[in-house]
Amino acid sequence: MTVADVVKKLDLKVFSGEKGLDRQVTGGYVSDLLSDVMGRADSGQIWITLQTHKNVMAIASLKDLAAVILVTDHKPEANTAGQSNEEGIPVLGTSLGTFEITGKLYDLING
Amino acid sequence: MDNQMQFEYNVEGGNFTRAGYASSQIKKILKQLNVDIAIIKRTVVAAYEAEVNVVAHAYSGTIYVDIDTEAVKIKLVDEGPGIPDIDQAMEEGYSTASSQVREMGFGAGMGLPNMKKNADKLEISSEVEKGTTVEITMFLNDKG
Repeated sequence: MTVADVVKKLDLKVFSGEKGLDRQVTGGYVSDLLSDVMGRADSGQIWITLQTHKNVMAIASLKDLAAVILVTDHKPEANTAGQSNEEGIPVLGTSLGTFEITGKLYDLING
Repeated sequence: MDNQMQFEYNVEGGNFTRAGYASSQIKKILKQLNVDIAIIKRTVVAAYEAEVNVVAHAYSGTIYVDIDTEAVKIKLVDEGPGIPDIDQAMEEGYSTASSQVREMGFGAGMGLPNMKKNADKLEISSEVEKGTTVEITMFLNDKG
């Protein structure tokens, strides 16, 4: 499954990093604590968070994550979107809360 | 590769927009050198946490990277408040980060434990009101 498939199936907004929409998705990770993601997330996962600042992209890039989904209508800060474009790691958005979007993504990946 | 490579990066205390820059450079170099991906992944976690600690706590710092055929050594030397009790700082969940830093999702007291879990060797020395030196060693030939 690619990030583009996830965008389509979960009706996500694409804020930035379009050139990474063909990245393969292997799973997901949900946390707003950056060191938790740093320590436990793995490459190819989609990270669900409400953090919108640029350090999110530093971590997404260092961990080779597939994409980031911002919950509850959060938007990426300008320099976050900028780095997302540079790295080709999409920042996506949903109006759903963390619980709902996580359940949907889980079903999609494991269904 | 040559027998030895050295790199140096400056880190500015408080500047979170650049946090992770040195770690991403280190990752690129190790990839170019075809270092085993599992070692790169552990190196990146340890290096990033150490870099962010300098940004979050110190006034300024320098990262010295030393790579030879045996190991990657990453030494972070900062000027800052220092760590009065290193054992306490190593405890999971203990943090002295500001509320502003915590709101960004840092300062959960997981950084040093992450470094310890991922580094093959971790050495920390500190002098209060002077600064802290952290040395991360990653062995390249299964000597960890």
